[in-house]
Amino acid sequence: MPTASKEIVVSNKLGLHARPAMQFVDLANQFKSAVTVYKGGEEPCEADGKSVMQMIILAATEGTPLRIQAEGDDAEAAVQKLAQLFADKFGEGE
Amino acid sequence: MEIKKGIGVSPGVVISTAVVLDAEDLLIPKRGIEAGQVEGEVERLKAGVAAAIVALGKLKDDVASQHGKEIGGIFEFHLGILKDKSLLSQIAAEIRTQKVSAEYAVSVVMRRYAGKFLRMTNQYLSERVKDIHDIEKGLLNALIGQRREDLAHLKTDVVVIAHDLLPSQTASLDRRHVKGFATDAGGRTSHTAIVARAMGIPAVVGLGNITSEVSGGDTLIIDGNRGLVIINPDEEQLAEHREFERRLERLEKELGGLRELPAETKDGHVVSLQANIEFPEEVDDAVLRGAQGVGLYRTEFLYLASDHEPSEEEHYDAYADAVRRLKGRPLVIRTLDLGADKQTQARALVPERNPFLGDRSIRMCLHDIPMFKRQLRAILRASIMGDVRIMFPMISTLMELRQAKMILNDVMEELEDEGADFRRDIPIGMMVEVPSAAYMANNFAKEVNFFSIGTNDLIQYILAVDRTNEKVAGLYCPAHPAVLAVVRDVIRAGARNTIGVSVCGEMAGEPLYTLLLLGLGLTTFSMNGPDIPEVKKIIRSTTMEHAKHVARKVMSFDSERQVMHYLRDELRKIDPDVF
Repeated sequence: MPTASKEIVVSNKLGLHARPAMQFVDLANQFKSAVTVYKGGEEPCEADGKSVMQMIILAATEGTPLRIQAEGDDAEAAVQKLAQLFADKFGEGE
Repeated sequence: MEIKKGIGVSPGVVISTAVVLDAEDLLIPKRGIEAGQVEGEVERLKAGVAAAIVALGKLKDDVASQHGKEIGGIFEFHLGILKDKSLLSQIAAEIRTQKVSAEYAVSVVMRRYAGKFLRMTNQYLSERVKDIHDIEKGLLNALIGQRREDLAHLKTDVVVIAHDLLPSQTASLDRRHVKGFATDAGGRTSHTAIVARAMGIPAVVGLGNITSEVSGGDTLIIDGNRGLVIINPDEEQLAEHREFERRLERLEKELGGLRELPAETKDGHVVSLQANIEFPEEVDDAVLRGAQGVGLYRTEFLYLASDHEPSEEEHYDAYADAVRRLKGRPLVIRTLDLGADKQTQARALVPERNPFLGDRSIRMCLHDIPMFKRQLRAILRASIMGDVRIMFPMISTLMELRQAKMILNDVMEELEDEGADFRRDIPIGMMVEVPSAAYMANNFAKEVNFFSIGTNDLIQYILAVDRTNEKVAGLYCPAHPAVLAVVRDVIRAGARNTIGVSVCGEMAGEPLYTLLLLGLGLTTFSMNGPDIPEVKKIIRSTTMEHAKHVARKVMSFDSERQVMHYLRDELRKIDPDVF
């Protein structure tokens, strides 16, 4: 099964709060691949990219580095699109 | 195997499977389930989640249309969590591996997450814990709402365990399959006790924390005589209780033999023993126990058992049903007595500060004449089918009584204009329960055809005691000399004005007071069906002369204790088995 992954850094001011988390999950759900998001640092943890609860619990504040990983036929596209969300700061302007 | 002690409030023994009615508390005690029930429970979980999503969606739309999309957006997060598939499978996994109920699994998993949120240093995130609690509550409500549905349609015999039973809950239970009750709270005159006795099934109340000790599916013995609940009994106890059950059956047969015999003292004094009912179906059982009629048909249950005010036809169907089953025996229908302890407060827009003394019962009816007339029309239409009598509750002034009679008269004229058939000279009575009416019994007696002394509320008003308040319930005592004096005086006022007087409160069915009431001159006793044989036995075992002597003695005492000790001694002489 093809996999893909990409490292990003949370750049919007409020971090991965409820609204961006839901946006991420909504987008992830459009892909067939399984999506996992890894957070490193002092307390490493991972989240199912299709679970709002787990994504929010990541507590990914501004500046947190994350690795988005997908596994499945559309893994590459999934990772690209999901990373773009972060790059666009989830449309929050800052 | 565990034995719990409480207050036995309805006699009998039953061995059956427990069904637990959860209160809407967030503290859901552990509910173990059988391996075979696991998949069903997972299905319940899914249905509950779906229901919660629908409910939340509606709420969101309502809020958005009233306050704008921004505010409606608050619910997006909640919906997002409810739709989270991994969360759902975690809860399902909890059900499967721990073999617990859906509610318990929801609580466990949500609280685990709540804990994680609380520990976060980021303030925004730690505040999300409130959302988690809200979501948990919404889910639990959806699941509990489902369970209530199930209880209205039971497939097997069960006993119902609850913190306390509200009239709304018992009114919607599947009564054919409920064989016993056990509750944390409650006392001898609580709603649970009244309904259990009316249904003729054992009940034990005041157990404290039975709801956290029993799981749905447990086998229970409920012993209403000794006030015991045995959880998952062993072979020995099962055997012992089955033997006890058999003995009780034999005793019942013996008392059953009394059915055809009159309630007549040894020296030829005859009284009438009647039944209090809440549903027409209870008539059959009451008649089997020897009821000579229904002295009190509590019509509140028509209002409590559904979510809408009953229509005239719904009233009529119930009354006609009761009349038919009585086959000519008298039926006293009491008009709506909804009030303080019967749940209307929950529906009120502005809850009253003192509902007991508030807009309830006849007062409520006089404020809502169309509603009152619906009930009166139905009663009058049913009156041609048998011996129907009408009674007004909570009358406190002559004005009220006259108003009620005037409205009844209006209804009669309306029916006449419509060409409908009814009994013009239907006997009209009133409950004597408010002290003002008791004091002026002589005046009231001139304007009604009969009295019925409602000792339950009369005692509360005279002694200023709320019998449902556990802290003071001990003060509620029919044997209080002041209460006895009032009862005596009302009976006398009735006799003086040659109108019938009955007692329809719990006191009428308590063997302890039979001799006394008899001696005070009471001629009609109305009680729960199952209590009739015992009361009849006492009446048949004594003489009017002796009863009068007992009454005279009692009226000379100045404390409840003296009264009760004396009555207990006298009763033991007649019926050593009774205690």
